[in-house]
Amino acid sequence: MSVTKHRLRRVAAVALVATVALGAAAACSKNDTPAAGAKPDKLIVDTFGEFGYDDLVKQYEANTGIKVELRKTAQLGDYRPKLVRYLATGKGAGDVVALEEGIINEFKINPANWVDLAPLVGDVSANYLPWKYELGKAADGKLMGVPTDVGSLAVCYRRDLFQAAGLPADRDAVSALWPTWDKFVETATKYRAATGKGLLDSVTTAASAVIFQVGGESFYNADNQLYNGDAKPENLVAAKSPAVKSAWDTAVKLVNANATAKTATWSTEWSAGFKNGTFAATLCPSWMTGIVSDNSGPDNKGKWDVAAVPGGAGNWGGSWLSVPAQSKYPAEAAKLAAFLTNADSQVAAFKLKGPLPTNLTALQNPDFQSYQNAYFNNAPTGKIFGESVSKIKPLVLGPKHGSVKEKALEPALQAFEQGKVSEADAWKQFLNDVPIQGAY
Amino acid sequence: MSLTVKAPPARLDPPGPPQPPGRRRVHIGRFDLKFSPYLYVAPFFVVFGVFGAYPMFRTLYMSFFDWDLVNERTLGHPFVGFDNYAAMFTDPYYWNALKNTIGIFLLSTIPQILLALFLANALNRPLRARTLLRMAVLVPNATSVAAVGIIFGTLFQRDFGVINWVIEKVGLERIDWHGSLWAEWTAVATMVDWRWTGYNALILLAGMQAIPRDLYESAAIDGANQWRQFWSVTFPMLRPTFLFVTIVSIVGGLQLFTEPVIFNNGFSVMGGTRREAQTMTMYIWEKSIDQTQNAGYGAAVSWSLFVLIMIAALVNFILVRKSVK
Repeated sequence: MSVTKHRLRRVAAVALVATVALGAAAACSKNDTPAAGAKPDKLIVDTFGEFGYDDLVKQYEANTGIKVELRKTAQLGDYRPKLVRYLATGKGAGDVVALEEGIINEFKINPANWVDLAPLVGDVSANYLPWKYELGKAADGKLMGVPTDVGSLAVCYRRDLFQAAGLPADRDAVSALWPTWDKFVETATKYRAATGKGLLDSVTTAASAVIFQVGGESFYNADNQLYNGDAKPENLVAAKSPAVKSAWDTAVKLVNANATAKTATWSTEWSAGFKNGTFAATLCPSWMTGIVSDNSGPDNKGKWDVAAVPGGAGNWGGSWLSVPAQSKYPAEAAKLAAFLTNADSQVAAFKLKGPLPTNLTALQNPDFQSYQNAYFNNAPTGKIFGESVSKIKPLVLGPKHGSVKEKALEPALQAFEQGKVSEADAWKQFLNDVPIQGAY
Repeated sequence: MSLTVKAPPARLDPPGPPQPPGRRRVHIGRFDLKFSPYLYVAPFFVVFGVFGAYPMFRTLYMSFFDWDLVNERTLGHPFVGFDNYAAMFTDPYYWNALKNTIGIFLLSTIPQILLALFLANALNRPLRARTLLRMAVLVPNATSVAAVGIIFGTLFQRDFGVINWVIEKVGLERIDWHGSLWAEWTAVATMVDWRWTGYNALILLAGMQAIPRDLYESAAIDGANQWRQFWSVTFPMLRPTFLFVTIVSIVGGLQLFTEPVIFNNGFSVMGGTRREAQTMTMYIWEKSIDQTQNAGYGAAVSWSLFVLIMIAALVNFILVRKSVK
């Protein structure tokens, strides 16, 4: 027997042993739970969009000696499937994860996946906007999330493009242009006549805003049901709710007046449109200001400004921080979540990326109230958004509110906006897709 | 290791009649002959078993249950028999995904294989810098598919895309690449072709080089020109390679996912406002990962895709075998 053959056989045996060991190691790795109260080396925070935590986690690292890894996902639509995967497999989730208002109710269905934060962070109910705090609770009373931000509505607009179109550029004058959505459509018609371009990015941003402005029931009734009564198309809550009806009608008016640039939110046309002036205005919940400035780039600093929203106050978006039951360090993770949502942190996050505080002390903080956003021509965003917070009407958000809005309502409206279908067919598509996307 | 055997000492005495080897060595020799080949191939099968076969059969198992991906561990999964498979027949979005998958597959694969054949034939001629050119056609295949998706997404952009800019320069109307079914399919098919034409050309080139030169010489003596040589010698001799290329294209084409997802950034797995580019794999994702409570149905759709690929490969195999005979 030659030496080479001998060695080859050995290599094969080692390879086999290694493969089997690898599989075994993967199967056994869940048994290394640390002792209770052990101090973690590292905590992971999962967020989407822009939460403005970049500086805060560095501060936390310096204070506690615990390393914090911030994992950001740009879009909520890509973030949710990841979270689903972590929960389905029982591993991989961050120690602290952000849950948005459109998806938190879906995860409330099974509270066993989440740590009850109440015993870990103490009674903080008095610190936050009451309705926001209540929404963070599961049906069994478990505190699933501590509030981060709300969306309070405004309109972001381009001063230079307004001026070029012969419209006023000053923020108070712009706000006066559109007390109602009908007036907004009129302004858009003027803008189209002067420039040949669409004023608003897309109908869906307007539709989102209107749903929240009207408030009350939208896709689900208060019992989290898609239907009032039997599961028949004519019993769909979405087919009759005033919020959806107003949102749809407003969107149709905008399309018929050719008021938009037809750039679907989050598409490449949309992102590029900020820099290139494809549109001159977009609906701006507070958190959107960070996305507007990121997409527009430093060259356009000072060109954007913030005006009032047509049709009155409303909320769009906003999140909570939760700790998945699979976290190995629930106590430390809860402390980190509490730190990120305390009054000072919320003001700091607001200054960095725009998420509007929900902490009552933060909302009273003079630093917050007097804050002017340099990127938006020094608009007093603290005052603009802060004042409208108290006027927000809570909306009935069913388990899959986010899915129905993004995968049933918005595609139907956009298909109509793009001219692919008639209004009637778009409405049919919407009603057909509501039960598909809304079932849970 | 218990099986270690010392190398035999160098033979010093002159060779006499061969001595019977020791019992132990016979055993080991037999063991070696019998089992080492299996040991050599074992790593592949172990890895395939863990990451290929197990998920496949797990999916088959899941397809017979009403399976909620997130809550399955705490809430369980009721058995539903063939309900998930039956539901596919009355699901219009399932048929839409099937139509899109086959449509995009045909729209991308037919021009792709023709182009690859043309390229391979060109590269099979005596050229300057032949190796460089042959390497170059493979470069698109080596780029990340996500990068291809993002870059083509920018090229095909409605307002500022290079392609629409060229179209306007030529004097035509700019196209909203998300605006209609054909525009959407064409854009996605272009991305697929960009990545795979060079790869298929190289495989076909390898097949062409295996064709004996004397066949061409005889053909030339018989007075066949280049064109005739290609159709009467190259093409028939390439059939086995063609079979391989087509099967690989079918398997890849029917599993198309990343390109349409990234191209439809903002609608992700729906593939457009009217689901114009939603392929089967995207529909599986939508059912299993997006609507977590339908993971069982998603599993059934996965198996329907598997069966579809098997049928397509089989039909192709039979056709090519027949024509070779």
